[in-house]
This record gives sequence, structure tokens and C-alpha cells, in this order.
Amino acid sequence: MRVDILLLMIVCGALTFLLRFSFIAGARFLPQSPALRHLLRYVPPTVLAALIAPEILMQNDALSLEPGNIRLWAALVALAAAYWTRHVLATIAAGMVALWLLQALVG
Amino acid sequence: MIPDACRSGFETRPSPDPMTYNIELPFSARFVTPPPNPFADDSSDVSMIPGARAEFLAGVQAEMPLLLGIVPFGLIFGVLGLAAGLPAWAVMSMSVIVLGGSSQIVFVQLWGVAAPFSVIGATVGIVNLRHLLYSADMAPYLSALPWRWKCVLSYLLTDEAYMVAVRRFRDGSVTAFRHWYLLGTGLTLWTGWVISTIVGVFVGRAIPDSWSLEFSIALTFIALLVLSVRRKSEICAALASGAAALALQSLPHKLWILAAAAIGMVVGLLVHRWWDEK
Repeated sequence: MRVDILLLMIVCGALTFLLRFSFIAGARFLPQSPALRHLLRYVPPTVLAALIAPEILMQNDALSLEPGNIRLWAALVALAAAYWTRHVLATIAAGMVALWLLQALVG
Repeated sequence: MIPDACRSGFETRPSPDPMTYNIELPFSARFVTPPPNPFADDSSDVSMIPGARAEFLAGVQAEMPLLLGIVPFGLIFGVLGLAAGLPAWAVMSMSVIVLGGSSQIVFVQLWGVAAPFSVIGATVGIVNLRHLLYSADMAPYLSALPWRWKCVLSYLLTDEAYMVAVRRFRDGSVTAFRHWYLLGTGLTLWTGWVISTIVGVFVGRAIPDSWSLEFSIALTFIALLVLSVRRKSEICAALASGAAALALQSLPHKLWILAAAAIGMVVGLLVHRWWDEK
């Protein structure tokens, strides 16, 4: 057992915990402004979009908007499934099946 | 386990009035709330248990569908960790110690190229900076809780636990037990992530690359994104953030996640002022 790996992981875990704990612990330092509360309403859509966009639109570190980008098509199928069903399970299943079908078709 | 746990720390909290308990609970969760007992003393601890349990189970139930996307990602993480040269015990315990999917992937990628420890630590911290936003968003809802609750819920405040729970906190009714909902989403995510990592370490190599299981996490985020967007301003915020994330890819250490989110949030606020209110 290498202690250095364990220590590195504990530092990373402590950092992550402190980031999550920050304002929950120091809520009184957070300004009580309605504008800030409103701004934070946009945290879920903006963070999710920032995480998703490169995942489906970048291939080999370059923007890929061609029809050959099958992840883009599978993501669009998942987007449609989410919009119509409002269901997480259906969205993931539709997107994975679409990806597999496209992989089989395109080769 | 639940009855004992929820007795502690709530002696000073107001007991919930069953009549105000009108949030939209999943179908099955309605049945775990027993009818009000006319003989029960409202100030007794026992009368508080159903509220906590119903919230917890509603959180578990809301989080369960996400496991279809989380478990394949956990399997892949187990495989990537071993492939990067980390020992099996380290890969498995990282999912408990760090508990952050994308930052753990970055950790093993950097480990695989023998990056210095300082670079690995700094990058994990920067990748997880977005959790500051989750913490700020949840803080007002959790401010009255005892410290041990704040610590446990902070530890469990992952992307997926927050994204599901925040909808209940924003749109559901204000009850004394709603933090149990976050405990439910957080513990469900934790369990799925840790178990799938362990399974991935042992049998993950049997999964063919052609299954592209790593895509499941993007699909999970797509489902959460669609569910989190209702107004025009939220759609515009998401589009602006996605575009900014692509444009800012050259920023080091994945700083573009936070930068793109900040740009999207401001765009959302401006669009709301000019469009939603008209």
C-alpha cells in the first residue's frame, strides 16, 4: 500500500468537500440579495449545458458539427426523449440505443 | 435505522402539520405517510418520523432512475483507474474519499501520464469549483440545520444529488424535514457510484469498448438539463453556457466549466429582465 496515493486522494477529497461545504457552512457571509438568488436559479441549466456541450460536440479536441458525429445525433434523440417523456430512464435508454444503432449502421 | 437517526437533533424543530404537507410526492411515497393519529401528542418525536421518512424515500425514488446513467460511468471509472496504473484499493476508495465522477476521471488521467501531485490536486480542485455554486444555492435551505447535518449533506452534494434535490427545495413546500430529501438523493447516488466502481474494478475489463458506456453520463446530464429548464431565460442561459464552454476550451484545468456557467447565468438574468417579464 502506497501512502502517497492515499494522502493525495485525501487532499483531493478534502478540497472537494470544502468546496461543497463552503457556503453551506458560511451562509451568513452570502449576501441576502434577491438578485443573487435569482442568478443562482440558473446554476443547474448552465452547469449542465457546460458539461454536456463539449462531450457531444468535440471530437479529438476539435469542434465537430458534421453529420458523421454520431454522438450529436444520439444526444438529439435523448433531448427529444427527455422533452416528450420528461423521464430520466427513458432519456438515457433512448440515447444509448440510438448511439448503438448509429454505431452499427455507420460501422 | 431511520427512526433512531431522525430522533436526534430535532427536539427543537416544529412538528410538521400533515395538512401543509402538500408537495408532489411520487406515487409510492404517499403510502409511507401514515394518516394523522388523533391520539398522538403533536410535540412527541414519534409524530415527526413519517415526514422525515417520506422525504427520504421520495429523494431515493427521484434519484433511482439516474443510476441507469451513473452505474455504467462507475464501471468505466473502475476500468480507467486500473488502466492508469492505480492499485485496485485506491480506485475503489477514491469513489468514497473524493466522490466526484468527472474529477476522479481527471485524477486517473493525470496519474496515467505521471503528472506531479501538485498538478493533480490543483486540477481536481478546479474541476470541482462548480460545487461552490451548488453550495451557495443550497445554503439558505440548510442554514438552520445542526453542523453534523451540514457536514453530511455537503459531503453528499454531488452534481446528480444536487440537480435532483434542488427542484424539490425550490418548488416543494417548506417543511421541517426536507433536508431528508437531499439525504435520500445523495445516499442513493453514493451507493450506486461506490458499488459500480467496485464492480468495475473486478469485472469492468469484460466490457467491450464498442458499448460506449461512458456516454451514459452525458445522457444523464441531458435528462437533468431538460427537466431543469422551463422559462425562456433558462433556455437562453443553457445555450449561452454551452456555446461559451465550446469557445473557452483553451482555458487550462477545465476552468471553462465555471467560466461558461458564469456567462450563462448572467445571460439568463439579462434575458429574464428583458423577455420573461414582458
